[in-house]
Amino acid sequence: MKKTETPQDLGALGKITNEICYAVDESGKYGTVLSNGWEVKSSALDVAWHDVEKRIETARQRVMDKEASPLLFFMELHVMDIPIVAAYTGFWKWQVKKHLKYSVFESLPESKLEKYARLFEVSIPELKTMKKNEA
Amino acid sequence: MKLDFQHTQAAHCENGVTTSLLRHHGVNQITEPLAFGIGSGLFFIYIPFMKVNNGPAIAFRTQPGLIFKRTCRALDIPVERKKFRSPEEAEKVLMNCLKAGQPVGCQVGVYYLTYFPKEYRFHFNAHNLIVFGREDDQYLISDPVMEMATSLSSYELQRVRFAKGAFAPRGQLYYPKERRAVTDDQMRKAIRSGIKHNIRYMLQVPGNIIGIRGIRYTAKKIRGWRDKLGLEKAGSYLAQLVRMQEEIGTGGGGFRFIYGAFLQEAFAYHPLDELQEISGQFTRSGDIWRSAAVQAAGIYKGRIGSQADFNLMSDYLNESADIEKAAFTALSKIKWPA
Repeated sequence: MKKTETPQDLGALGKITNEICYAVDESGKYGTVLSNGWEVKSSALDVAWHDVEKRIETARQRVMDKEASPLLFFMELHVMDIPIVAAYTGFWKWQVKKHLKYSVFESLPESKLEKYARLFEVSIPELKTMKKNEA
Repeated sequence: MKLDFQHTQAAHCENGVTTSLLRHHGVNQITEPLAFGIGSGLFFIYIPFMKVNNGPAIAFRTQPGLIFKRTCRALDIPVERKKFRSPEEAEKVLMNCLKAGQPVGCQVGVYYLTYFPKEYRFHFNAHNLIVFGREDDQYLISDPVMEMATSLSSYELQRVRFAKGAFAPRGQLYYPKERRAVTDDQMRKAIRSGIKHNIRYMLQVPGNIIGIRGIRYTAKKIRGWRDKLGLEKAGSYLAQLVRMQEEIGTGGGGFRFIYGAFLQEAFAYHPLDELQEISGQFTRSGDIWRSAAVQAAGIYKGRIGSQADFNLMSDYLNESADIEKAAFTALSKIKWPA
């Protein structure tokens, strides 16, 4: 990459900090240049978040159809998977898997719901109704 | 309390932490490309059957933690590295280091890293930063990908140090144990051994998922993605490849440009014309990786999407593989002066 060709397409990171790129000058000598983003990679990031949004929407629908518990919705909302939820809450993975069932989740005691509520930074009623904390 | 510490920005977090900590400890010769090359940072792996954020598991650099470890070892600098069970203990040890005047490298997760833009906050746990002081409840942070030094409250720092999931940092901290000057002779030896190990990782690891063969394997897989996954999912996979290749930390072209810069800096220690020439080959390879990224963007943005477009993408990767194979072979043939 030539120094003069370093992309400057303001991206999400560019608003907060420029990033260092390594590039060559006319004589082929390397040095660093600051870039505030590249459209190719910011659109790759958009694709990733678009996929996340889609997963959240699918989860919301499945919860409303009672095919899954609200836990699924919050898990997708926080870009987590079962191992991550298990690690943060202290449950076993098989327990989290069970809690993803609507009927099982319904009958969970407050003490267990509390752990999920704390992880997702919502109250227990919010947890049950899929109300997300925007803060 | 604020230690006398110079924040410097780097392309990649671990290179940056390694460079800053070593400089702080009197290794004045070290730069980011040298740390990356001596630590044999250039790599490629495609792990089949494993998913990261629902996409393919691909990496362009070596495993987290290794660059620091290898670079310090090559320069004969002893390292302290600790993991913790309890956050309280982790904070106590951190504070003791700061009181002793020691800036500390920490491995952290980025999901709860407050100064990062929201778009970058996935559950990625192998980010690195340096803590270099504390004022009231705020820890002073030197994050190598940021232009300026920043800060985190003690709660925020604890949260990222004890992030959970793959590569969970478990409060991990590390730093060089002694202040030692390094001679140019040591640098020469370290550069040679860094290159030697990198040749091994890229050319000689058995199996077909690592190094040059890993690039070819990925190229072959990409050819099949359109039929196997459907256009949309194939697009997401390509977007993931591009993110691993170009996102913060790579310095562009999947670290190939940093490696090119390393070989040029190596020339200052080993005046061999081959190094300059081979550096140019890595520049070419990095440029082809970037052309591949542009091609991939065409696909995931829905502008193009025929099988021929996937084939071209795959051809780019094979072309890079050819160049890098030639480059590493040339490196392996260098006659180093005794």
